[in-house]
Amino acid sequence: MHEWALAEAVVSAVSNVAEKEGLKTVSAINLKLGELQQIDLGIFKFALSHLFSGKLKDARVNVTKTRARLKCRNCGHKWSFSKTGLDESAKEAIHFVPEIAHAYVRCPVCSSPDFEVERGRGVWIQSVKGEKQH
Amino acid sequence: MSDPRTAIIDKRLKSIKNIIAVSSGKGGVGKSLVASVLALTLARKGYKIGFLDLDFTSPSSHIVLDIGEKKPKEKKGIVPPNVHGLHYMSVVYYSAEHASPLRGFETTDVLIELLAVIKWGKLDFLVLDMPPGLGDVTLDLLRFVKNVKFLVVTTPSKLAFETVRKLVDLLKEAKVPVLGVVENMQVNHSSWIKQQVELKGIRYLGAVPYDSGLEENIGNIEGLLETEFSVALKEICGYIEDKLLVLGC
Repeated sequence: MHEWALAEAVVSAVSNVAEKEGLKTVSAINLKLGELQQIDLGIFKFALSHLFSGKLKDARVNVTKTRARLKCRNCGHKWSFSKTGLDESAKEAIHFVPEIAHAYVRCPVCSSPDFEVERGRGVWIQSVKGEKQH
Repeated sequence: MSDPRTAIIDKRLKSIKNIIAVSSGKGGVGKSLVASVLALTLARKGYKIGFLDLDFTSPSSHIVLDIGEKKPKEKKGIVPPNVHGLHYMSVVYYSAEHASPLRGFETTDVLIELLAVIKWGKLDFLVLDMPPGLGDVTLDLLRFVKNVKFLVVTTPSKLAFETVRKLVDLLKEAKVPVLGVVENMQVNHSSWIKQQVELKGIRYLGAVPYDSGLEENIGNIEGLLETEFSVALKEICGYIEDKLLVLGC
């Protein structure tokens, strides 16, 4: 239920955006969900629907999933997180703190732990749509 | 694109009365031991205490506290386990025995993630065991945790104090409250550190003697709390308790 905490963060952030941009209602929230954090989309959307109220109560949530792409800083090799072959306990640790991938994942070419997550880390808000107050 | 996690941090910390970052410019001065004994001492006085190890690449408080087999629970977020009366949290629950090499911006992401998802509930004190230096975690803490106060640890070494001097200057410049400086591992009764701290306009909280019996009590809570180190630190804990809770400073 870590998804619930991230959903609360989205609601808080979107409420801030609505306030700042003078939105009367929020009609759509576009989110990007990175593969690395392995968010359970069903739980995440369920949490959002329960947390939406006030200006957000009729907001539609659009989610774009992003595959996690890793790049070795040592040799430049790029690879997909889905091909790392980690066991379930390592995947669960990465689910809670994605940067913990550095404890378990090594570059498949040079074995370096020094890699960057080029894309697909966690939850991002791409845009918030709504009706402005007059 | 924006990161939603930073928007929830204030809410996660709002029921915590006091946040104390135990910090130093140098490593090896005893931050984790000071933070652990401070937290345990306050917990034994009946206060509700949280403990968060913010040294993500080299955590050590789990060894000092011998955290055992309990794990954080998932309950609409992460709920820290109760370890010797502390609500304890460290990335070691996830990195286990593995090395976790992280670049600076990655430590920022770890800090934001933890601050966004940990559910502390009501606490009298949250004690933060800081990594050494003036790096990303210190700067990010100042950015994201508005009501943090610093407890600075030094040794009698001029090398250690040189870095502490810079840390204190940075904190003063940022208008962050400094509770005071603890002189750890004192081996003679020189007042040089006391003079230097007071010249900075900062409170010298006291000296903790070098304790040769400390190492053998690491991980043994009852033994640890009876060491000369802990006895000396208890007086300093009393001052912090009075200043923050009784006087409300």
